Amino acid sequence: MSEVTSPKIPVTVLTGYLGAGKTTLLNRILSENHGKKYAVIVNEFGEIGIDNDLIIGADEEVFEMNNGCICCTVRGDLVRIMDGLMKRKGKFDAIIVETTGLADPAPVAQTFFVDEDVQKNARLDAVVTVADAKWLSDRLKDAPEAKNQIAFADVIVLNKTDLVNKGELAEVEARIRAINPYAKLHRTERCSVALADVLDRGAFDLDRILDIEPDFLEADDHDHDHDHHHRGHDHHHGHGLKHYHDEDMQSLSLKTDKPLDPNVFMPWLQNLVQVEGGKILRSKGILAFHDDDDRYVFQGVHMMLEGNHQRKWKEGEPRESRLVFIGRELPEEAIRKGFESCIVS
Amino acid sequence: MKEFTPAPDSASIVSVTDRVKPIALGMGVTSAHFLADRAAFVGGEEKVALVDAKGEISTVAVHSGGILSTASDGKRLVMGGDDGKVVSLDAKGEVTLLATDPKMRWIDAVALHPDGALAWSAGKTANVKSGKNEEKSIEVPSTVGGLAFAPKGLRLAIAHYNGATLWFPNMAATAEFLPWAGSHLAVTFSPDNKFLVTAMHEAALHGWRLADNRHMRMTGYPGRVRSMSWSAGGKALATSGADTVILWPFASKDGPMGKEPAMLAPLQARVSVVACHPKNDILAAGYSDGTVLMVRLEDGAEILVRRNGTPPVAALAWNAKGTLLAFADENGDGGLLEL
Repeated sequence: MSEVTSPKIPVTVLTGYLGAGKTTLLNRILSENHGKKYAVIVNEFGEIGIDNDLIIGADEEVFEMNNGCICCTVRGDLVRIMDGLMKRKGKFDAIIVETTGLADPAPVAQTFFVDEDVQKNARLDAVVTVADAKWLSDRLKDAPEAKNQIAFADVIVLNKTDLVNKGELAEVEARIRAINPYAKLHRTERCSVALADVLDRGAFDLDRILDIEPDFLEADDHDHDHDHHHRGHDHHHGHGLKHYHDEDMQSLSLKTDKPLDPNVFMPWLQNLVQVEGGKILRSKGILAFHDDDDRYVFQGVHMMLEGNHQRKWKEGEPRESRLVFIGRELPEEAIRKGFESCIVS
Repeated sequence: MKEFTPAPDSASIVSVTDRVKPIALGMGVTSAHFLADRAAFVGGEEKVALVDAKGEISTVAVHSGGILSTASDGKRLVMGGDDGKVVSLDAKGEVTLLATDPKMRWIDAVALHPDGALAWSAGKTANVKSGKNEEKSIEVPSTVGGLAFAPKGLRLAIAHYNGATLWFPNMAATAEFLPWAGSHLAVTFSPDNKFLVTAMHEAALHGWRLADNRHMRMTGYPGRVRSMSWSAGGKALATSGADTVILWPFASKDGPMGKEPAMLAPLQARVSVVACHPKNDILAAGYSDGTVLMVRLEDGAEILVRRNGTPPVAALAWNAKGTLLAFADENGDGGLLEL
């Protein structure tokens, strides 16, 4: 997947629980004076006013691929719509897919990895999740869909921040970070976010995996180490800021400055996503292999992985390997042990 | 077809490229058909280009957006668009509006029956308008992937997720459901009415023998099958999707069950479209590198019609007599070959 210059149409997936403000963000994107034309794929066709020339109603039809991969589901309607849209190439610059509030983002994302024709013409740019600052904390308790959408996100637009006080805002952010510390988070009122922060992110572009560090809005607010994990309790840090641990959705970060053996690592990673791919929503890694002057990068969605040599390690750049998994009930000990066995001793 | 038999001592492939009349269509092309003796090249959106044997092009506006589906019986070309309309174009170049989806949904599939009946689908609904202009519709469990009329009687096959539905629009009985897990897209009946074959979202075909609904799995393709064509008389089904033409045998009562397909005309490029000659055991194949070949089914002998080095061939069609072959690549660089 190293066709950097190929003119694939970027696709932004817009998710978020019911009422969080997806349509507000969509209309914001469309009405801004960017000179670009978007094809918009929405569900519940025609119900809410969206001001755009090219709007396609989708049915969110998810089906399983018969390739033996248990969690390999794709959006059949998207395959069909992309096929139809490609007959009108040149009439739009980018595609935005808005999902229903209850949708799992994985089948949408997987459609862009599994389907050969879709992949030839389009690339997934990022999953953008709109979250309601007032209600998200509650939804994370009672709606697994909301949790999925946060876990899956590359960008989180934390909306309606004007409806909560500072303490409530800190609380909801901490809950988001407990699930997904890696997404870029933007606090907004009425989805007022710079377009550059949600579009053209290249979140699935291997060439743009630069670093894998937790995203912090204000460095002073959060300075704790996310490499360690807290089990089942709320935990107070220095600044009176709560640190939550989500019971079933976590991120796991692995790091080593010792080189990895590609002949051990690759089969281990393949096997891990085959066996635990149902639990692993997203994965990403920058790897330093033994006797290899190139950085290797990979990223994955559930059981699907793609990876490539990215570039030469720069002089003076620490040759560090970092991996991140976001998922449900991750077998942390087994993953850590497996990873350690890949280190060249 | 004697004149195209390669001489036994010929060192390289026989070429007829110098006999092709080049046609610059100036628009992206998705399929080709013949209306009488004019080739109809269907654009990706809005237009159809009618081209006569001299290479004269006349362009006709048919839709106000993308053209999603086409079917032709040689007398008229029916198209479904993303403007929610079903229109037909006849050999004179006249456009008729046949139907409009009430919600202006995309018309994903269309089919034509030899007696003039028409079928189209939008979302999960398939509609039939018989030759007497009676309109009937049926809802299937998921979005329609493809439509095909049986060669005999008014019977419609509807491909969708997890199988195909067989429907007699004029009968009160409930439609028959042929299950098979996965997403079924294009669908076609064998000309002898004995088999139904679907092209799946996965790189495979699925077939049912209609007498007993026995399954036929036709797998092994590296890519999705987007083009299927029955050979003259229906003895074989030619398909795209591999770097050779895959030809499944359908001459016996068991069809391809337990048999290997023939693999013809291998190239270093994937077959993108196939079209069997209407009378002789010859087919035309277009490839992803722009090559067009004519291939004899019996022994796989090849004749070069168009050289490689362009975008994929998107459109191929023979006229009813089999004397003209029309082709075009995705960018609308096409040609006509008179035999």
